[in-house]
Amino acid sequence: MFIIIVGGGKVGYYLTRELLASGHEVVLLEKDPRRAAEIAHEIGSVVLNRDGCEGKHLAEAGANRASIVTAVTGDDEDNLVVCQMAKHHFDVPRTIARVNSPRNEALFRKLGVDEVINPTRIALGAIEQDIPVHDLLHLAQLSTGELELVEAQIESDSPAAGHASRDLTLPDGCMLFVVIRGDVAQAVRPDTTFEPGDKLVALSRTDCQDDVRRMLIGERTEQPTA
Amino acid sequence: MRAIIVGCGRVGAGLADALSRDGHDVTIIDVNVRAFYRLNADFRGQAVRGDGTDEDVLRRAGATSADYFFALTEGDNRNALAAQLARDTLRIPHVVAKINDPVRAAAYRTMGLAVICRTSMMVDRLSRETGLPGDPTAGDLAAAAVEAR
Repeated sequence: MFIIIVGGGKVGYYLTRELLASGHEVVLLEKDPRRAAEIAHEIGSVVLNRDGCEGKHLAEAGANRASIVTAVTGDDEDNLVVCQMAKHHFDVPRTIARVNSPRNEALFRKLGVDEVINPTRIALGAIEQDIPVHDLLHLAQLSTGELELVEAQIESDSPAAGHASRDLTLPDGCMLFVVIRGDVAQAVRPDTTFEPGDKLVALSRTDCQDDVRRMLIGERTEQPTA
Repeated sequence: MRAIIVGCGRVGAGLADALSRDGHDVTIIDVNVRAFYRLNADFRGQAVRGDGTDEDVLRRAGATSADYFFALTEGDNRNALAAQLARDTLRIPHVVAKINDPVRAAAYRTMGLAVICRTSMMVDRLSRETGLPGDPTAGDLAAAAVEAR
């Protein structure tokens, strides 16, 4: 398969090496002359010292017969333009863009990039799995320092799930304020029944936060060890 | 009329001043606050520091209620990204991108983006100065594409 890679950073460099090793035809476009020379020194003449955002350089690299154009520079805007030029100017069947801002992912797809790879989101997903959810989120400390505004996320196995507010006996000086369900916030009334997925905003005395946590969301899960 | 301008260079600042002077509601965005010194002392719009290719920055600047969006930074690719974000995600009805590379400008025009290309405009004007016919379409913003799809 003939593949054009734009961007000779770490990703582009290793991608080129791997693809060459598995027998594909590859051209790598890198606009920085020094970086281009460096890579050419290591992996040979597949490197073109050209800006892949420019149509004529893509043409020179052979974009009209490429099966895949993949843009892996560090700049989202450059990766978008490379893929759009490849798609609309050269009818490349498959374009792949690296995108750094998770917010750009959907837009790139809508604008015709076939495959969008977002390292930030991949790392974020891996990190979020390690964050214990069975904990209170500390929103604000009130002036005296003895009271704190906290948020509890109700899960299906939380003691508060399925119970009405009036059935919960919170420690003295602690109270439930608001429940956020979906994106809607409503005041907690005695007959408000809590459901998994609810976020509860509560006022809690600093010294009884453990009790509040236990009553609303249950025992703390094991912290993952590093 | 509400306008958002990304990039406070000579063109961005000049357009912001002109629109503001005419009584329009203008917000200009630049990553560098020093760029705002280019604005006239009587500029009455808002100047926002931020990255105009960032959806959150544009939303905070009030882009969702804008009538016009001009992407006028120094970078063709940044302008292409910002303009398509404004058109497709923020649904701003009139969007124009400055793209100075004529090849890229032509490509985006065929993709339906309204594009202004300084290079083609100057080449056209200067060749007409020497008596050549020039390119009569050089100043067009691809009028058909100005309306949002």
